[in-house]
Amino acid sequence: MDLPMPTEPAPLSTLPRSVPAPRRAAPARRVRTPGWPRLRAVLLGTLSIAIFLALWQAASATHLDFFLSFDNIPAPSDVAVRAMAIVLSPAFVGDVITSCERVYFGFAIAALLAVPTGLVIGRYKVAHELIFPLCELLRPVPAIAWVPISIMLWPTDWESIVFITFLGAFFPILLNTLYGVQRIDPVLVLAARSLGASEGAIFREVYLPGALPAIFAGLAVGMGVGWVSVIAAEMISGQSGIGYFTWQAYSLIQYSDIVLGMVAIGLLGLVSSAIIRGIGRAAMPWLPAL
Amino acid sequence: MSRTKGLVEIDHFGLDYISDGQATEAVDDVSISVRPGEFVSIVGPSGCGKSTLLNAVAGFRAPTRGRVRVDGEEVRGPGADRGMVFQQYSLFPWKTVRQNVEFGLKMKGIGVDERERMARTLLALAGLIGFEDQYPDRLSGGMKQRVGIVRALATGPKVLLLDEPFGALDAQTRVIMQQILTNIWQRLRLSVLFVTHDIDEAIFLSDRVYVMTARPGRLKAEFAVTLPRPRDPDGMQEPGFLALRRELAGLIREESLRAMGGELAGGLDGLDVMLGDGSLADVL
Ligand SMILES: Nc1ncnc2c1ncn2[C@@H]1O[C@H](COP(=O)(O)OP(=O)(O)O)[C@@H](O)[C@H]1O
Ligand SMILES: [Mg+2]
Repeated sequence: MDLPMPTEPAPLSTLPRSVPAPRRAAPARRVRTPGWPRLRAVLLGTLSIAIFLALWQAASATHLDFFLSFDNIPAPSDVAVRAMAIVLSPAFVGDVITSCERVYFGFAIAALLAVPTGLVIGRYKVAHELIFPLCELLRPVPAIAWVPISIMLWPTDWESIVFITFLGAFFPILLNTLYGVQRIDPVLVLAARSLGASEGAIFREVYLPGALPAIFAGLAVGMGVGWVSVIAAEMISGQSGIGYFTWQAYSLIQYSDIVLGMVAIGLLGLVSSAIIRGIGRAAMPWLPAL
Repeated sequence: MSRTKGLVEIDHFGLDYISDGQATEAVDDVSISVRPGEFVSIVGPSGCGKSTLLNAVAGFRAPTRGRVRVDGEEVRGPGADRGMVFQQYSLFPWKTVRQNVEFGLKMKGIGVDERERMARTLLALAGLIGFEDQYPDRLSGGMKQRVGIVRALATGPKVLLLDEPFGALDAQTRVIMQQILTNIWQRLRLSVLFVTHDIDEAIFLSDRVYVMTARPGRLKAEFAVTLPRPRDPDGMQEPGFLALRRELAGLIREESLRAMGGELAGGLDGLDVMLGDGSLADVL
């Protein structure tokens, strides 16, 4: 047998090099904004926060009363003093833990149900026709509106609040997953099939990873709505939790505690979405670093 | 090694697309064959049904009329015995180069070590060593398509189907890709069915070239390319090549004009649209 063409593949050096070609794949480089612009961003950000706190402090200290009434609004310094006193107390920590449990539990169930449901109704027209109208019927009802029904439905307070959180998180995750499946390039499915992929393998290897960016967008939104729902539910019907703490502070005229509760809720939401973003980045290494 | 596999027989093939209850005849009565180990190209004006034909061999669509057989067996669906390369690369963005190439082997249930060994040979053949752990996003078009080809070859298909695989590449890259493909084809000795609208490309690569008519796609002509191998890209100025090129170009221009005539007859709206997006110049 004679092979008339040169049998060596074209040497790399003759091949197009539109990509800077490290011998080993370099980890994605995060481009650091150099020196001054970055420092400026930090300074300006700090400045606006400082001005906000200073104005608030001044308004409270002078009991400003001009249309808005700062008469009963605690100053940031009062809140800080109060925070030192109770943040590590068992009662406060217990409320934080209770709320976290409710959110994460409801959120986890929502994610475990919504992601597979979204994948299936995105993939199968029949499933879409069966399930989607029901979703569209239930979706416009805000989770909070379920509070009375939920109280009647579930044996205890804890379960009914978890249910509210679940409802809040479920629909954003479902809709984003569905959207993620629908915008997968159909050619990728053809490619997988022509490479011998079974239906199950296509789910695992194409639909799931292909929808992952949209799924994580949905999880982030779902987590946010989950926190909104849990706080509102605790304020309305809870006997514990950080939402209950905040509302209770109002009833007990502990005004510093109201702000303390708000700050805690904000921080908990922030940490929660940071966790989801972190997991998302780890799960999707192919996406360019933000 | 004697080749007995990789025979493609397309027999009085016809396909109608049904949309809104209306059937459109895309391809009619096309008979094409690829002998084991042969490199065959299909050229024709855009919209004449080249992709339709290739998709039927890949098993993505069943013929409306006629038959498609590979090694005597009727094609009933997609399968790894026929490798498919798409114009839009269609690599899995969430898989590295290595994982893309190993995909078909993984589907076959081949173990991790064996997979890696097999993929490595092919990656080397396509000059992709050193890029195994990159994600497709970071690769140039030429590299993406090399990954696409290698991915389709990994499962050891008897037939390789390519649908305008180099259509999106610049001229220089395209010539290099053609050489790499020729190399791979000769090494692996498989049958190739190659769709293109580039006449030079078809002649440079093929043993035989089929020309299709404008819609509905039918066969217009068949050419054997007897130019000796190895073929040099610079040899495209030689008389044998030029004569063949002139003949093929004439046939295709005729078809393109016919396709346009049909559209022009449809009224001035058609003309506006065509001038509007510059496709008139493309067709000529
Ligand atoms: N999924 C489809 N539904 C309806 N018509 C289609 C579909 N795919 C292709 N066609 C039509 O069939 C004809 C042939 O298409 P195609 O095989 O893609 O041609 P080519 O690859 O030669 O450009 C075209 O007129 C195209 O509009
Ligand atoms: Mg096409």
